Amino acid sequence: MPTAETEIETLANREYKWGFISDIEADSAPPGLNEEVIRFISHKKDEPSWMLEWRLKAYRQWLTMTEPHWAMVHHPPIDYQATIYYSAPKTKKKSFDEVDPELLKVYEKLGVPMNERAALLGVEQPNIAVDAVFDSVSVATTFKKTLGDMGILFCSFSEAVREHPDLVRKYMGSVVPYSDNYFATLNSAVFTDGSFCYIPKGVKCPMELSTYFRINAKNTGQFERTLIIADEGASVSYLEGCTAPMRDENQLHAAVVELIAMDNASIKYSTVQNWYPGDKEGKGGIYNFVTKRGKCLGRASKISWTQVETGSAITWKYPSCILQGDDSIGEFYSVALTNHRQQADTGTKMIHIGKNTRSTIVSKGISAGFGQNCYRGQVKILKGATNSRNYTQCDSLLLGDKCGAHTVPYIEVRNTSSRAEHEASTSKIGEDQLFYCKSRGISLEDAISMIVSGFCKEVFRELPMEFAVEARKLLGVSLEGSVG
Amino acid sequence: MAFLEIKDLHVRVAAPGGRDILKGVNLTINAGEVHAIMGKNGSGKSTLVQALAGRETYEVTRGTVTYDGKDLLDLSAEERAREGVFLAFQYPVEIPGVSTDYFLKAAVNAARKHRGEPEMDSVAFLKLIREKMALLKMDPSFMKRAINEGFSGGEKKRNEIFQMAVCNPRLALMDETDSGLDIDALKVVANGASSLRGPGRAIIIVTHYQRLLNYIEPDFVHVMLDGRIAKSGDKNLALELEERGYDFVERQVAAGV
Repeated sequence: MPTAETEIETLANREYKWGFISDIEADSAPPGLNEEVIRFISHKKDEPSWMLEWRLKAYRQWLTMTEPHWAMVHHPPIDYQATIYYSAPKTKKKSFDEVDPELLKVYEKLGVPMNERAALLGVEQPNIAVDAVFDSVSVATTFKKTLGDMGILFCSFSEAVREHPDLVRKYMGSVVPYSDNYFATLNSAVFTDGSFCYIPKGVKCPMELSTYFRINAKNTGQFERTLIIADEGASVSYLEGCTAPMRDENQLHAAVVELIAMDNASIKYSTVQNWYPGDKEGKGGIYNFVTKRGKCLGRASKISWTQVETGSAITWKYPSCILQGDDSIGEFYSVALTNHRQQADTGTKMIHIGKNTRSTIVSKGISAGFGQNCYRGQVKILKGATNSRNYTQCDSLLLGDKCGAHTVPYIEVRNTSSRAEHEASTSKIGEDQLFYCKSRGISLEDAISMIVSGFCKEVFRELPMEFAVEARKLLGVSLEGSVG
Repeated sequence: MAFLEIKDLHVRVAAPGGRDILKGVNLTINAGEVHAIMGKNGSGKSTLVQALAGRETYEVTRGTVTYDGKDLLDLSAEERAREGVFLAFQYPVEIPGVSTDYFLKAAVNAARKHRGEPEMDSVAFLKLIREKMALLKMDPSFMKRAINEGFSGGEKKRNEIFQMAVCNPRLALMDETDSGLDIDALKVVANGASSLRGPGRAIIIVTHYQRLLNYIEPDFVHVMLDGRIAKSGDKNLALELEERGYDFVERQVAAGV
């Protein structure tokens, strides 16, 4: 007779359905990394010389650094010379209407709303603008004009380097310096595309801005870079989604995201990360080494990170907030799921510099199969950050008895008027909970997704509605087969 | 054919070397009847109702159970529920973050889908739960709270009978619903359970005490002893047990009466 343990295992075994490979002709750099490749990328992107200089400076720095190994993840050595650092679909687009229909079909298949015309014709309300990044380049950005009329800049990073060099030069690297860490430095040298967004003073962005990242080409790394600036009193909600085909080789993804919020500005950044996680035995999958950091530069500014991490073979990611402005607020809401042989070491850093700064951390880790899930978080309240507060809640849910959950908090408070709270719990989906649901006629799969969604509720409610629905479904699918 | 026919039911703990708990239970229940099952701790009362509900931690090693003409043991726990079997738990389980109304709606609709009926719309569902909340004298705020999370023992039991009333089962299994209830709550809960009494359905009440039976009068009372039904009678047997304790049944069995 199946026990709850074996049932949960089977549920975690369903297939990754975004794993298709699209046959799109690509223009790629040869594998390997050297100054020539960096010049090639810069040239392909038609970059000004200051950009190339910055890349080379980062590359030279990177050569002096070593891969970090402090995270609770294990992988064979990465051959940085085997990776392709640039790959672009061959057709060159000039405007949205000229985007290769094959590419649009890929996004349609992924369920990404790319149809600007339907909205413009009034068929549906435009509520989401999308920048689609395919391998190393942005292939389409929707609603640019609608946003442009309000003074909002939303375009690919490459375009921003050419069109808005002053803003890029001023802010790029101001939150994550080119020398920050091994992966961020690598990104600084070879980054290809990503999104750029600037919300001018006092403007509340009327729609969700979104970037959809797709890795398609084989042996290709994706190194995107995103920069979002919310000027005084501005606000924006930004979404990010990602998928990749199923391939036997591991693929490298090392992104950098920088957010800057001025006085009274607010940025909400939501991610649903669903890179290919590898197969049941841990073959293939994306190595997701990402540096995301926001700076609350102005007073009473706010940066909120929400992430749902279900994909990738390895996730190494700590979306953080530097609370520099007085009365600024940082938030981090995270759901990280590891199944099969997936490993995640994720969390946040909240650095309190300004007075009366507040931060909230809610982390929900779900481990199934042989998955290993580690929450790593740092709360640092500096001497001058008087009357500051942090609240951290860190919960782990285990499905089955071969997975692991780990919690590594670092808390440092340098003054006496501040307070940091840390709560942690570990629980297991029990046979009793499953039987309770089943005895009410609810199927095992529905029961597990209900219990897991309930566990993640505090995070899901932070997501924009459509994304929350998507995230719930995704968790269900990611756990499919962990029961049966 | 009887509504529920249990023949020579043997059940053990589903684990290597698991203990035998039920050692040949025979019980016939006709539609419309209420049966009380009493007995000491460890006699197998709770195991019987949990095995009937399909709990997989118990393994049926011998015997048959026919429910409404179907082989009950051939159905999974969720199929049994959709066929109208309901277990009110002795220890209701907490499910953090899942609201009671969401959970119940999923339960109601799973059964409707099974019967080939459309899902119940929100208006009809709300009407149904309001009606049953009034029956169980429950505060509407319960619906938005996570199932059983932070509920007192009495609230949990009340919530079980509320769910039972909403699910409207044909075979209601109540596992020590009365334990942990004060007398007022006991009346409310008994009243809720009694509302399910009627033709075409049956109720099995597992209890240690006679007092619940003052409010739901059983047609039959059975005493379990070491995994078997040792003695059966009418409601007066419960009164006799209250007065004389379980020892007299044991002595009678030992004496071969």
